[in-house]
Amino acid sequence: MARLVVDPVSRIEGHLRIEAQMEGGKIADAWSSGTMFRGIELILKDRDPREAWIWAQRICGVCTMVHALASVRAVEDALQIEVPDNARIVRNLIAGSQMVQDHVVHFYHLHALDWVDVAAALKADPAKTSSIAQSISDYEKSSATYFKGIQNRVKAVVDSGQLSLFASGYWGHPAYQLPPEVNLLAVAHYLEALAWQKDFIRIHAVLGGKNPHPQSFLVGGMSTAMDPNEPFAVINPERITFLRELVKGAQKFVEQVYIPDVLAIAPLYKDWFTRGEGLGNFLSYGDYSSGNEKDPKSFLFPRGAIFNHDLTQVHPVDAAKITEFVSHSWYDYSGGDSNGLHPSQGETNPKYSGPKPPYDFLDVDKKYSWLKSPRYDGKPMEVGPLARMVVGYASGQKEIRELIDGTLKKLGATPAVLFSTLGRIAARALESLLMVHHLEPWVDQLDDNLAHGKVQIFNPKHWDPAGWPASASGYGWHEAPRGSLGHWVEISGKSIKNYQAVVPTTWNAGPRDASGQRGAYEASLLNTPVADPDRPLEILRTIHSFDPCIACAVHVIDATGREHTIPSTGGVLANVGRLL
Amino acid sequence: MFTPEAELGSVLARRGITRRQLAKYLSGILATLALPERYLAQTMAAVSKARKPVLVWLQFQDCTGCSESMLRSSHPDVADVVLDLLSWEYHEVLMAGAGGHATALLDRIVKEDAGKYLVIVEGAIPTADDGVYCTIGGRSAMDIADKVCRGAAATIAVGACAFDGGLVRSKPNPTGALGVQEAVPGIKVINMAGCPHNPANTAAVLVHYLTFNDLPALDQYNRPLFAYGRVIHDQCERRAHYDAGQFVTEWGDEGHRKGWCLYKMGCKGPEATFNCPTVQWNDHTSWPIRAGHGCIACASPRFWDKMSPFYERLPNVPGFGVETSAGELGLGLTGAVLAGVTAHGLIKMIKPAPKPETPAAAPKEN
Repeated sequence: MARLVVDPVSRIEGHLRIEAQMEGGKIADAWSSGTMFRGIELILKDRDPREAWIWAQRICGVCTMVHALASVRAVEDALQIEVPDNARIVRNLIAGSQMVQDHVVHFYHLHALDWVDVAAALKADPAKTSSIAQSISDYEKSSATYFKGIQNRVKAVVDSGQLSLFASGYWGHPAYQLPPEVNLLAVAHYLEALAWQKDFIRIHAVLGGKNPHPQSFLVGGMSTAMDPNEPFAVINPERITFLRELVKGAQKFVEQVYIPDVLAIAPLYKDWFTRGEGLGNFLSYGDYSSGNEKDPKSFLFPRGAIFNHDLTQVHPVDAAKITEFVSHSWYDYSGGDSNGLHPSQGETNPKYSGPKPPYDFLDVDKKYSWLKSPRYDGKPMEVGPLARMVVGYASGQKEIRELIDGTLKKLGATPAVLFSTLGRIAARALESLLMVHHLEPWVDQLDDNLAHGKVQIFNPKHWDPAGWPASASGYGWHEAPRGSLGHWVEISGKSIKNYQAVVPTTWNAGPRDASGQRGAYEASLLNTPVADPDRPLEILRTIHSFDPCIACAVHVIDATGREHTIPSTGGVLANVGRLL
Repeated sequence: MFTPEAELGSVLARRGITRRQLAKYLSGILATLALPERYLAQTMAAVSKARKPVLVWLQFQDCTGCSESMLRSSHPDVADVVLDLLSWEYHEVLMAGAGGHATALLDRIVKEDAGKYLVIVEGAIPTADDGVYCTIGGRSAMDIADKVCRGAAATIAVGACAFDGGLVRSKPNPTGALGVQEAVPGIKVINMAGCPHNPANTAAVLVHYLTFNDLPALDQYNRPLFAYGRVIHDQCERRAHYDAGQFVTEWGDEGHRKGWCLYKMGCKGPEATFNCPTVQWNDHTSWPIRAGHGCIACASPRFWDKMSPFYERLPNVPGFGVETSAGELGLGLTGAVLAGVTAHGLIKMIKPAPKPETPAAAPKEN
C-alpha cells in the first residue's frame, strides 16, 4: 500500500502533482493536484474590458491566443458587438494553426518520450529505418544516410556523457516496446518537428506580430488591416501568398510525418487501447464557424455532451448546468464549500490549507489542489480532442465520421478503443489532419474578400466606452487545443467587475467534488499497472495523453447551447479521405 | 597535431554540424550583440568546447510562453541549442524524466556543478504565505530559486515575470510575486525582459557568456544594452508617418490600411526601449506594430500596471502630465535613456569588456 508521488509531472505546461495509491502493482486510487496559483482573475478586476484579452492571454503561453479569443468573445457578447466576416476568418486561421502546431509539439516533444526509447535508437539499423519510413510515407527525408546522420548525432550526445534533455529519461524501461528502428524514426522526427513548428507558426507572426502571445486581437475585430493595394497593409496579396505557403507546408508535415508516425507507433502498444479509459463523459462547446459565430450549426466541431460512453445519444449543452466546486480546492466560497457555483456567480478566494512546504504528501482527504472542480449537470466531464471527436462522431459530422471509421478500419478496431490513452492520441492526430485541411479554404476566403474589396475587419460600434450600458455581462467560448474553454465577464462603469475562466485542464485535471466524484485524470489512472514505482512511465503515458496545461487551469460560463448538424465541406473531405 | 582548429573540427563533426553552419548562426548572433565580426573565431571556439556548460531552466509562476519562445529560436536553431551549445539538463516542459528523477537530477547539478552551471528562470516567485502559491516536488519556488540561483555561475531571468514579477505582480499582487533579482537578492542576474523574451536576444546572451565568460553590458535594470538600449519609437518603421502627422484614428481606417502611426490608438512605442523592431520575432517575420496593433511596452519595468490602460494615448497614462505632447514625451524619454546609457558606459554597449584573463584563456584566432 505504497503512496507514489510524481511531482513535477514534466513535459506538460505548468505545475502538476500526481499522488497514487498502489495495490498489487496497480493504481488503486489517484489524486491530481495543481500546485501553482497566480490569481489572474483577481488582477483583471477594475481594468478596461477592451484590454482584458491582453492580460487573459497570459494565462497560457503554450496554448497562446486561446484565452485572447475567449476573452474578446466574452466582451463582444456583453457589449453585443458582431465582428466582420474577415475577423472571423483571421481568428479561425490563428486558432486553427495554433491547434495544429500545438498538437504536433505535444506529440513529439511532450509525449513521444513516453513511448520512444532514445537510447535504443542507437541500436537501430538505419537502412531498415529507411525502408520502414518509405513504407509508411512519401516524406523525402527517408534515406539510410539521413537516418545514419541522426543516429550519429544522438550517439555524439550519449558518448559525451552530457545527455541534455534526455539525461533524466527512463531508458531501458521494460514498458518501451518499439523496435530500435522505429525508435530511430521517431527521434529523427522529434528533431524535424522541432524545426517545423517554429517555421509554421510564423503564420502567427504575420497575423499577430509574434508567437507566443500574438498581439492583433481587438474587441470588435482584428488589428490586421486588409488592403489589396497597400504594401504596408497587414493582409495584402503578398501576405496571402506567404500564408498559403505556410499552410501547405503544414499539410505536408501532418500528412507525411505526424499521421504516419501515430499510425505506425500505436499498433505496437495495443495494451494502451484498453488503458486510461477515464470517465466516459465528454463535453464539447463546439467551434470554428463557417458563418455566424453565434450559430452552432455552422461549427466545424459540433457542440454536445455524451454520457457513459453512449454514442447513440448526443445531449444539447445547457450552459446553466455548469458549476464549479471547491470542496477539495484551496479556495473558500462565501456561501460555503459544499455547493457548486455557476461561473456567472463564480468566486476566486484563495485560501491555502495544505501542508507547509517542504512537504512529502498532500492531505488528500481534505483540500489538495489549486484547481477547482467543474461539473456539468453534476457530472465530471472529459474535454479535449477526444471529446470533440467523440461528440462529432456521435453527431454524425461527416468528416469526423469518415476520419474515425477509416482509422479504426486501418487498425482493425471498434469505436470502444477510442476510450483510452491511445484513443486520445489518435483523436488529437485526426483532428490535426481535419484542421490542417480547413486552413487553406480560410486563406482562400480572405484572398477572395481582398479581391472583391471586402476589407472590413473591425466593427467600431462600441469601441468608445461612452456608448456602453451602465452594466453588462457576457461569455465567450472557444474549443482550444486542450478542450472547451469559457470566459465570463461582468462589466460595470466601463471596467471589469468580475472575471471568471473555466479552462479545459480544469475540467480534466480538477480534484474530487463535494460528493467525492473523481476528475478525469484521477479516474483515468485507476487500475493502471506500474512496473517500477521509481520510474512511473505508465502514469506519464496516461496523464500526457490529456496534454495537461496547468497554468490555464482556473474558472466560468453561461449560454444557451443547441443542436449540431454539420454543413458538408466537400473539398476538404476529399483531401482528408484520400489519406485513409 | 592537436590544434584548437582541429579540436573545433572534430567537435563539430561529432555534433553533426558544419563549420559553415556554425559560422553562419554565430555571425547573426554577433550582429545582434553589436559585436564586430573579428570575434567570430573566438566565439566559434568557445561554443565548440568538448564539455558543454550545463543549463538549468526553472519555471515558477509562469505561462510557459518564454519556454515556447525559446523553442522558436532560429539562429541558432533550437535543436542546435539543445544538442550542441549547452547541456540543457533540467527544464520541466521538455525534459524526459519526471518526479523524483527530475528533482534528484537538479540536486545533483547544484551539488556537483556548483559555480559552473547557468540557470534560466521563467516566471515570478511568490513570496507571500511561506511560498504556498507555487511548489514543485513539495518545495516552494522561493526555496528552489534560492538554492539553484545562488549556486549558479549566472542567472538569466527571461520574460517580464522573472524580470520584475510581471503580470503576476500586478495590482493587487495576490501572491506576493517578485522577480528573481528581488526574490533572490545579491546574485548575478541578467534580465531578458519582454512578454515573452525574444529568443534571438537570449541566444545572443548565452553565446556571449560562452565566449567571454561574462555577461554583456547592462543597463540600470540589469537588461543588456544591446537589446534594451534604444527607444522603439526611434526604430519604428512607421516613424516617418508620425513625423508627417499621419495617424491611425480608427481601427481599419485608411491610415490603418496604409500602415500609419499607431500613437493615437495607444501605442507605447515612444516610452519603450527594446530592439523588437530590428530583431523582430519568429525568424524576423514580423513584430506587433507591423501586425497593426500598438506596442504595450512589454520589455519595460512594471509595464502591466504602468503602461495600461493600453488603448489610452501615452500622455494619459498615469505618471505623465496630460498636457505633454507625444513629441515632447518622446524626446524627454529618449534623453533619459541616453543619459542612462552614458552613465553605464556607452562604450561598453558596442564593445565587449571581457575579463582580462578571458582572451588569453581562449584559443587563438587562426
